Amino acid sequence: METVNRVHAKALVDWGRTHPEAVVLSGDLTASCEADGFRDAYPDRFLSMGLAEQNMMGFAAGLAREGLRPLVHTFAVFMYRRALDQIEMSIAYPNLPVCILGFLPGVTTPGGASHQAINDIAVLRSLPNMTIIEAGDATDVESMLEVAGQVDGPVYCRMLRGALPRLFAASHPMRLGQARFLGDGDEIALLSSGICTEEALRVVDLLRARGVGLRHLHVTTLKPFDDPQILDACRSARMGVITMENHTRLGGLGTCVAELMADHGIAKRQIRLALNDTYLQGASPKFLMARHGIDAAALVRAVEELAGRSLDFDDRDFGIQRTGTYFSDVQQEAL
Amino acid sequence: MSQAPRANDCWITECQALADGIRRRVLSHTVTHGGYLSQACSSAEVVGFLYGRGMNLGPSEGPLVPPPYSVAPSTGNPGYTSGMLYNGRRAANKDRFFLSPTHYAMTLYAALIESGRLGPDGLSQFNTDGSTVEMIGGEHSPGHETNGGSLGQTISQAAGVAWARRRKGDAGKVWVFLSDGECQEGQVWEAIMNLAFQKLDNIHIVVDNNGQQVDGRTKQVMGLEPLDAKFIAFGAHCLRADGHDLAALDAAFETPHPGKPLVVIADTDPTRGIGLLKERWPNLHYIRFKGEDERARYVEALKAMGD
Repeated sequence: METVNRVHAKALVDWGRTHPEAVVLSGDLTASCEADGFRDAYPDRFLSMGLAEQNMMGFAAGLAREGLRPLVHTFAVFMYRRALDQIEMSIAYPNLPVCILGFLPGVTTPGGASHQAINDIAVLRSLPNMTIIEAGDATDVESMLEVAGQVDGPVYCRMLRGALPRLFAASHPMRLGQARFLGDGDEIALLSSGICTEEALRVVDLLRARGVGLRHLHVTTLKPFDDPQILDACRSARMGVITMENHTRLGGLGTCVAELMADHGIAKRQIRLALNDTYLQGASPKFLMARHGIDAAALVRAVEELAGRSLDFDDRDFGIQRTGTYFSDVQQEAL
Repeated sequence: MSQAPRANDCWITECQALADGIRRRVLSHTVTHGGYLSQACSSAEVVGFLYGRGMNLGPSEGPLVPPPYSVAPSTGNPGYTSGMLYNGRRAANKDRFFLSPTHYAMTLYAALIESGRLGPDGLSQFNTDGSTVEMIGGEHSPGHETNGGSLGQTISQAAGVAWARRRKGDAGKVWVFLSDGECQEGQVWEAIMNLAFQKLDNIHIVVDNNGQQVDGRTKQVMGLEPLDAKFIAFGAHCLRADGHDLAALDAAFETPHPGKPLVVIADTDPTRGIGLLKERWPNLHYIRFKGEDERARYVEALKAMGD
């Protein structure tokens, strides 16, 4: 599998070349959020905002009022937690086209609870006017600015950085409101998002080889949540639905799917693989995904539970290596 | 900075008439409904100065009787209108006004009426269901461009507007009205630091330093002084002025401040012009009469103000 390094860094410079209204703001995490290339290429459209996120969000709103398209870069927690009221009252309420690029979702940082965005989707999904998009691979990240740019209002982009796997062909960009269809089956609907999709892909072929009918969708738009493919997958799954996400089980993808099924009267079992309503410690993503049950092994256990039988997996079946550098020791030092 | 020829001294008379009208209108509503009266008393000259002298605004584009509230801003809602229409059309050479403490809404509505930007009946819908003339203004309320939110947020938005306007080469300035209490919010200082760092001198900030907030005296809730020294330390050009002295306010805002945001601390009296308020001091944030007897005394004060 191909690995691509610093995908957003290049995409941002490319975007700036063709979008003179694009202005980048950074909260003292410019290289860490891969905005350094833009800073060097377009210094008159780069704003160093320092460690002052409340002001940064309001300032971005002011830029948007004047017709600019601000792209705000820092770690997700420093925006949706620290500056939530500013996101709500200065950006979301007036429906301003501010693109909020939040880095370090969930377990992708060893920085501990202060750095790990475990409930960003839950919080921001509750804001009127907010659109939420999440990347799961290099191609998703490459398409992020194009997709966000289609929205006439605030967009929260749940970003990945560093060396990323290319799970999806570069010629097939992410599309707003449209999950990626990764495989068909009529027994279980598997809806995965973010880095959990790569994790799921480590075992879905093995599950199918054991006779499990698995329809797999990679979900990138969390709000609005109205993709008919998802509804159809839930309806068609005879044994039930599994959601798999790098986020708390309250308010993320699993909740979106549960609400969808309730709204449509779909009485199916759903297993939500997610962080189990707890803060995390600082540790490696591999460790945290296993500890908190959002890895490939957890997926196999969930499928076995819905199928009602053992599928005889052993350690060799989990031997396929992960590729994203959120799993590498090198990147973990680069907070 | 604009160097328009200064009008003759009758501007002071005109601005004072605006200020007197603001106090009278806010009091006339307060005697019926209660309200944010002390804020009108402290800021009447400042707001009168802004609308009568300081700000270079185009004519109002808003209807004399404000339209009812439609819905919150959202995609696919082109009918939404902003209260900024009452401050004139956006233009490169025109100023922009941002009211941060939006519980001063009644004072602002009164200023709009006194300056002919809003019809005299504009206040008849004040604080009624379905009206845009709300008790605490939203961005749809006449004269407002932002939702003040919890306090201290508007200054950052105005800073973004100022940066974008400088980039466009606009000659018009950005004006921000702050209250002293909200200077307890850290975001205000983030914004001042940012304005100074960006060397934005197309922004004028006035602080209504009336020394009181919801719980009482500012110095007993969370002391702010020396407030001017704080603004200077954060990189602003800051002066103090008697907030009831129109000539002093004018001189303060004429001070050159190249490369720095200008902050004028208007030292004000929240009982100015309505001495009865002294009896309630220092709890002046919102006037709710204790009984008909007290209300009657305010009605008398209103009569004494004349027309």
